[in-house]
Amino acid sequence: MIKLTVNGESRSLDVPADTPILWVLRDTLKLTGTRFSCGVAVCGACTVHLDGNPIRSCVTPISMAEGKHITTIEAMEKDPMGQRVQRAWMDEAVAQCGFCQAGQVMSAVALLKNNPNPDDAQIDRQMSGNICRCGTYPRIRKAIHRAAESGSVSVDESLFTEVKA
Amino acid sequence: MSDTTLEQRSGQVSEDELKIANVSRRRFLKGLTATGALVIAARWTPSALAQSEEPDDKAKYGADAMAHGWVDNPDVFISIAPDDTVTIINHRGEMGQGIRTSVVMVMADEMGADWQRVRVEQAIANEEKYGNQNTDGSRSMRHWFDPLRRAGAAARTMLEQAAAKQWGVPVSECRVEVHRVIHGPSRRELSFGKLAATAAELPVPERKSLKLKSQKQWRYIMREPKDFPRENDAQPLAVDGMEMLNGKALFAADVSWDNMLYAVIARPPSYGSAVKSVDDKKALAVPGVVKVIQMPTATQPSGYEPMGGVAVLAESTWAAIQGRNALAIEWDDKPAGANATYDSVAFRAELEKRAQQPGEIAGQQGDIQSAREAAAKSLSVDYYAPHMAQAPMEPMAAMVRIDGDKADVWTSVQNPQAARDGVAKRLKLKPQNVTVQCGLMGGGFGRKAKPDYVFEAADLSRAMDGRPVRVQWTREDDLHNGFFHTVAVEHLEGYLDDNNRVSGWLHRSLAPSISSLFVADADHQSNSELGMGIRNMPFDIPAIQQENGEAEGHIRIGWFRSVYNVPHAFAIQSFAAELAHLAGQDHREFLLELLGPDRQINPGKKDIFNYGEDPARYPIDTARYRGVIERATKEAGWGKKMPPNRGLGLAVHNSFVSYCAIVMDVEVTEGGEVVVHRADIAFDCGPQVNPDRVAAQLEGACVMGVGIALMTEITAKDGRIQQDNFHQYLVPRINEAPREIHTYAVNNSLDIPIGGVGEPGLPPVAPALCNAIFAATGKRIRSLPVADQLKS
Repeated sequence: MIKLTVNGESRSLDVPADTPILWVLRDTLKLTGTRFSCGVAVCGACTVHLDGNPIRSCVTPISMAEGKHITTIEAMEKDPMGQRVQRAWMDEAVAQCGFCQAGQVMSAVALLKNNPNPDDAQIDRQMSGNICRCGTYPRIRKAIHRAAESGSVSVDESLFTEVKA
Repeated sequence: MSDTTLEQRSGQVSEDELKIANVSRRRFLKGLTATGALVIAARWTPSALAQSEEPDDKAKYGADAMAHGWVDNPDVFISIAPDDTVTIINHRGEMGQGIRTSVVMVMADEMGADWQRVRVEQAIANEEKYGNQNTDGSRSMRHWFDPLRRAGAAARTMLEQAAAKQWGVPVSECRVEVHRVIHGPSRRELSFGKLAATAAELPVPERKSLKLKSQKQWRYIMREPKDFPRENDAQPLAVDGMEMLNGKALFAADVSWDNMLYAVIARPPSYGSAVKSVDDKKALAVPGVVKVIQMPTATQPSGYEPMGGVAVLAESTWAAIQGRNALAIEWDDKPAGANATYDSVAFRAELEKRAQQPGEIAGQQGDIQSAREAAAKSLSVDYYAPHMAQAPMEPMAAMVRIDGDKADVWTSVQNPQAARDGVAKRLKLKPQNVTVQCGLMGGGFGRKAKPDYVFEAADLSRAMDGRPVRVQWTREDDLHNGFFHTVAVEHLEGYLDDNNRVSGWLHRSLAPSISSLFVADADHQSNSELGMGIRNMPFDIPAIQQENGEAEGHIRIGWFRSVYNVPHAFAIQSFAAELAHLAGQDHREFLLELLGPDRQINPGKKDIFNYGEDPARYPIDTARYRGVIERATKEAGWGKKMPPNRGLGLAVHNSFVSYCAIVMDVEVTEGGEVVVHRADIAFDCGPQVNPDRVAAQLEGACVMGVGIALMTEITAKDGRIQQDNFHQYLVPRINEAPREIHTYAVNNSLDIPIGGVGEPGLPPVAPALCNAIFAATGKRIRSLPVADQLKS
């Protein structure tokens, strides 16, 4: 049994210790917002936070998360920085196919939490591990600057209302 | 409704999840299930769809020429619930082009619906009902703008008629305003929801009687969502936008069914190789592995058939991957023939050798021999463009289960009907008993036009007595076992007369054809492939000869975004710049002169492929070429003095009946690194229905094109693809993307029929970039990608 916290919820998981976090999230916990794309930590689609630090979940075994906190894209609606980034992404209409964007958002949130006002070079450095085949990079850059500028601007709650049908 | 079949039997997935509903609008759906309150959509019958009034013997173009054509019946696409929610069915595949937003924009606008009270539902595969669903060839808006407008206008008319009936007043006194009908004289009003039941009883109005809105009346069409008029403070959003950022968007691998097995497949390393022997002991010993199944080997040409190999089925994806790693397979390369020794370097050399000999004549005007003999100057060069993989970020995945005489599929494909028909055929089921529901595609770029992965899942589910099986491709699978972009050697000869005018142009193109996937021994490009840049080249040159050289396929060749336009445009637009240099003239002026006087060329007269469009309606228009060249060069400041090691490069290309010119501002550092400072893109696709998405497609094409120019390449040696993953198969990252991309709409007007959007932005990027490298350094790139050619 591996004990850890996922999006604020305590979990005890009976999975092989070497299972990558990605597959525990996707197959065991059905948290499918974290994407599988390369499987070898070169594209960033699987990015999650481990105790607040961005990691590539496709190569990080679940044993590394023992006793730690995993945060995934599904928690970003409740994270103030996550909300800011999501809002900026919407304002710049960044997403095309959307598949890599969960990883992009997770990397951007981590970047902005460490560096509230990154310049282009810093954005390039921190975001170059996340591939977008649709080529949304110019808008990602703009959205990160926008999220940085938006500071403590209040978030439009209407965007985050979820009603179960 | 057959659409509900899948949800009703969907095991652990809730109906709501399967619908890919738009979360940002779910608050309007409280207490409403989409299947519970459909009003208008209840009585569709195939006979209501008789569409073409043209006699059968007349040539058909555009949507008329597609399998199952178009449909404009509002019953098929639009439903209204008593709570005012309008549900619009999108029957086209969403892969990032924003079609789920665009389709809703068109129908909602014409019917008068409020954006905030519309939701979109994804159609299952059913072309008899929805019309053509094959999302490929930059066709969606080009083929569907008019039918979808009519569907919306018909719904609006029916709502007005329903209001007149309920009030007992003449319909001429009733008009739709936003999401409600107003009775003019009495100022009474009824919301759509209160009219839906009455409207549902009315006949669909005759097509000829419909009054489409004028451009001035539109609220959404040709606007960006942020500029949509609002009924309240809520910000209008693109469909799916928020779900893509909160993890709720559902792609092919994001839905699972009870008792599902996860499968990965070890596929043959070469096209045609078979399994000689397999030792699965270690694989079966991996915890979680349930079964190892040998798949039949596809015979060549294999079309969409799966390649074969050995499948490992397990209780988790990770167990299946580990199980596959533990397989010991000996491959039999004999059935693969020459494919098993395919070497892309040797093949290039062979093509370059063949390129020095004449090929089949594909197009001819004037006398190239006379031009050659009379030339004052001449240039003869070869260009090379390599294989590539589409590599959508979402690797292919498909889930199938079989229950008696029915099968369900959850996947993401560009051509759902082909998936449905193919699954039905191999499982010997009636197509109407196969339900194919598509999630969002995490990129397609042509790869997901081939439903081979769906067929793999169907075969494995059958082998497991119908148990749900999801086949998951890994990135290595995607790169090793793809349907690859062709490889091309383009031989160009140009002749200048005494006045430095081009008197002769010879283009000999050698590239394996996509036909080789379907037809044995197809070893020349097809007419449609030659029509992607070569035969439709509009240059006003006295002598032109176009030749089609022999080039056989040794790997599976398939569609890649903008297809043969990529190598053809690279060669033609590079060569035009080379001839300008030879003539000592400014590239822009030289290019405009090559285009000659403004004129319209009818591609039908010489049987030139025209993307399926009517040659009279969509002629090759040199004024539109000129228009985009002039705009892009003006915006880029063409002719301005550039800093050292920095230059501007221009290219123009017409594809998918749209016109695109690009100016790239490029610096080459002392270390030979290429920095793309800026791209100015002028684009003429006629009216831009969803302008921000058009801009986004151009930006994305520009980034992908920078990759094609600088780094992206698939190579083969000993019959094996040499790139395993994104550390070897290089695509642009954020630090390699242009610092700025500016896009400009030219002829954004309803006076011109709509052109394609998703693909035509790509072909001019690489030649514009390479022309800029020449301007910056004097070094001519004739072989893609640039890679380390500029490094000393």
